[in-house]
Amino acid sequence: MTLLITVFAAVTATAAWYKKNDREMMLGILCWMFWGASLMWLVDAIFEYAELRAEYFTPALQDMINDTFLGLSVVALALVIWIVVLLIKDPKGVVKARLKKK
Amino acid sequence: MACFLVPGTEAILVTGAALLLGKYEQNKAKLSLGANSAANEDGKKTGFSRKLFWLAGLLWGGVILLAFEHLWHGEIQPFFPFLTAAAEGPEAVSEMLHEMATVGVSMAILVTAVWGVMVGVTSAIEKRPEKANAEASA
Repeated sequence: MTLLITVFAAVTATAAWYKKNDREMMLGILCWMFWGASLMWLVDAIFEYAELRAEYFTPALQDMINDTFLGLSVVALALVIWIVVLLIKDPKGVVKARLKKK
Repeated sequence: MACFLVPGTEAILVTGAALLLGKYEQNKAKLSLGANSAANEDGKKTGFSRKLFWLAGLLWGGVILLAFEHLWHGEIQPFFPFLTAAAEGPEAVSEMLHEMATVGVSMAILVTAVWGVMVGVTSAIEKRPEKANAEASA
């Protein structure tokens, strides 16, 4: 479930990066984070599948809920990292302009 | 258990290499004053240091999110000895090292392989307009 959520996030972030084509929004950070994590969790999933076989596809409900929470938390963490980097680097100068106004 | 440490180590090495190579490429561009350097400054071709930063981005991104997952599962802790397995005894450490050698190394290899494909595809894309121009002029 964590892998699935991260893959969806990676595809969405990449599509947004392609559509916006705006370097100033720094969407590339999100793409790297989600794709990197997706690839690593894919390896994890392959090893787990090799161990559990068919059982891998029928997880217990409790495990699925926990994995879903983890996946959503991972997406939230990545979004927080992205917004913090965006505000600190401030490529559009919005924060700087707002501070100067005051 | 601590599989992300392998791609993490690779991330440190790749970032260092990319920084060094970036400085070397900058110096080289400054020294060579000609049509070739002008073409590079136009951004027609992506420097290899930039491509190395792509790999570093993939590795760091994955490592950060995986570290969070390990924290979630209680496999790492924010205080000494940081790795839960290290506090559990030699059997747990042995299991951890085995996981690093199998899962961790596979993670590093897969990410690097995907990056290699990415570099190949982007090189092909960069060559595309030149090819089109050559065909048009022929």
